[in-house]
Amino acid sequence: MNALSSKPKHLLDFQDWSAERLNALLDNADTMMQVLDRPVKKVPALQGLTVCTVFFENSTRTRVSFELAARRMSADVVSFAAGASSVTKGESIRDTIEVLTAYKVDAFVVRHQAAGAAHLVARYSGKPVINAGDGRRAHPTQALLDAYTIRREFGTLEGKTVAIIGDVRHSRVARSNAELLPKLGAKVILCGPATLLPRELAAEGVTLTTDPREAVRNADAVMALRLQQERMDAGYVGSLQDYARVYQVGEDLLAFAPNEAVVLHPGPMNRDVEISSEVADGPRSRILAQVENGQAVRMSTLYHLLVGRA
Amino acid sequence: MKASILSADEMRRALTRIAHEILERNKGAENLALIGIHTRGIPIAARLAAKLQQLEGVDVPLGRLDITLYRDDLSEIAKQPIIRETEVPFDLDRRRVVLVDDVLYTGRTVRAALDALIDLGRPEGIQLAVLVDRGHRELPIRADYVGKNLPTAKSEVVKVKLQETDGTDGVELWDLEEVQAAQQ
Repeated sequence: MNALSSKPKHLLDFQDWSAERLNALLDNADTMMQVLDRPVKKVPALQGLTVCTVFFENSTRTRVSFELAARRMSADVVSFAAGASSVTKGESIRDTIEVLTAYKVDAFVVRHQAAGAAHLVARYSGKPVINAGDGRRAHPTQALLDAYTIRREFGTLEGKTVAIIGDVRHSRVARSNAELLPKLGAKVILCGPATLLPRELAAEGVTLTTDPREAVRNADAVMALRLQQERMDAGYVGSLQDYARVYQVGEDLLAFAPNEAVVLHPGPMNRDVEISSEVADGPRSRILAQVENGQAVRMSTLYHLLVGRA
Repeated sequence: MKASILSADEMRRALTRIAHEILERNKGAENLALIGIHTRGIPIAARLAAKLQQLEGVDVPLGRLDITLYRDDLSEIAKQPIIRETEVPFDLDRRRVVLVDDVLYTGRTVRAALDALIDLGRPEGIQLAVLVDRGHRELPIRADYVGKNLPTAKSEVVKVKLQETDGTDGVELWDLEEVQAAQQ
């Protein structure tokens, strides 16, 4: 038997997750990486279970990553895309989830444009729910795959510094990383223009700065966040050019970072806006590794939540 | 403890006998590989490999297998979702693999190990070596090499202790109730 603390039922954010449990999940992702390297990239661990991906907001890569992860674990997968469903006829989340639960689905992977939607699904379904992004609030598996990518790079997260640069205000990825990484012993520096840097995110293990050079100075990993065009229209930044000149993760900025620092991006990228193509495709980039690691981390998450709940 | 089943010396002799039987049955150690099942199958496989080296002068490749992802009793591992490393650093194709475990009981662990092995490659054949066969099979699986046949009751527990994992060598028989009481 092991001494792990009680097992959380959902992955909505990291509130109920101890560092010990999170590390166990990341440890298991190592095994999932081994599975992905084999000729038969599939194990029977979740055979007989059905995972439903419920995406009220579009996302190709996250949905595909989750669906492949579930299939690699031998779960059946059913996809529900809100755009092509009764939601367009006015059906509520509650009714949608209750119908899907009646179909004997064993777990939900939920993305929604509204913060807290995944909690709502958890409440109505009674089944394990994985939050695949809810509004600006949380995207826990993205943070886990970021943490895993850094851990693989350096062997540990303990004592590492991660600089997250860009539109922090609207980023669920930044929020989830700011919650997760300090739990695992890393320090987070959030950086962006003052208009995109909400002061309330400062916490133990998390510092804020508007100076990107300062942010990357001791960073082991530098993460660029996507800047959406509408931020400019809403007056958060003067112009894309102005923004890129100061905050773009490019070679000029990385000259201020330690030589061994790696670059991450949650994707999709606006090349030459928040990140230069040179850096995105360069030797420090771990952006494709993040994608590969993401599948292993999601396999591990499904395993962690579903094993024993059949 | 109810009874001591094997002493350290008896265990050593049993493993020596198994090593001889493996060589006899396979007409040597060519194309042979040993794969231990986590946890105690791994040191037992290593000991067998050392004996094969002594007897035949051949280094038989060693692997380790964790079968957690292949188990069919998910509810029993609900609280311990930790998966350990599987490491088979050689090509399984055209090899005769001897799968090694400490105790053979229901056969479910071995079934899972067979599934896991077949996903890793296509061995020419798979044989099974166990230190103790305690009976109560739930699947049609039998061992090719057995250190000790030990008829048991389901209310009993067989504890295999190894220097590598427990600091001592020996096999003991315990009452399940006694073991459960000690765990609480």
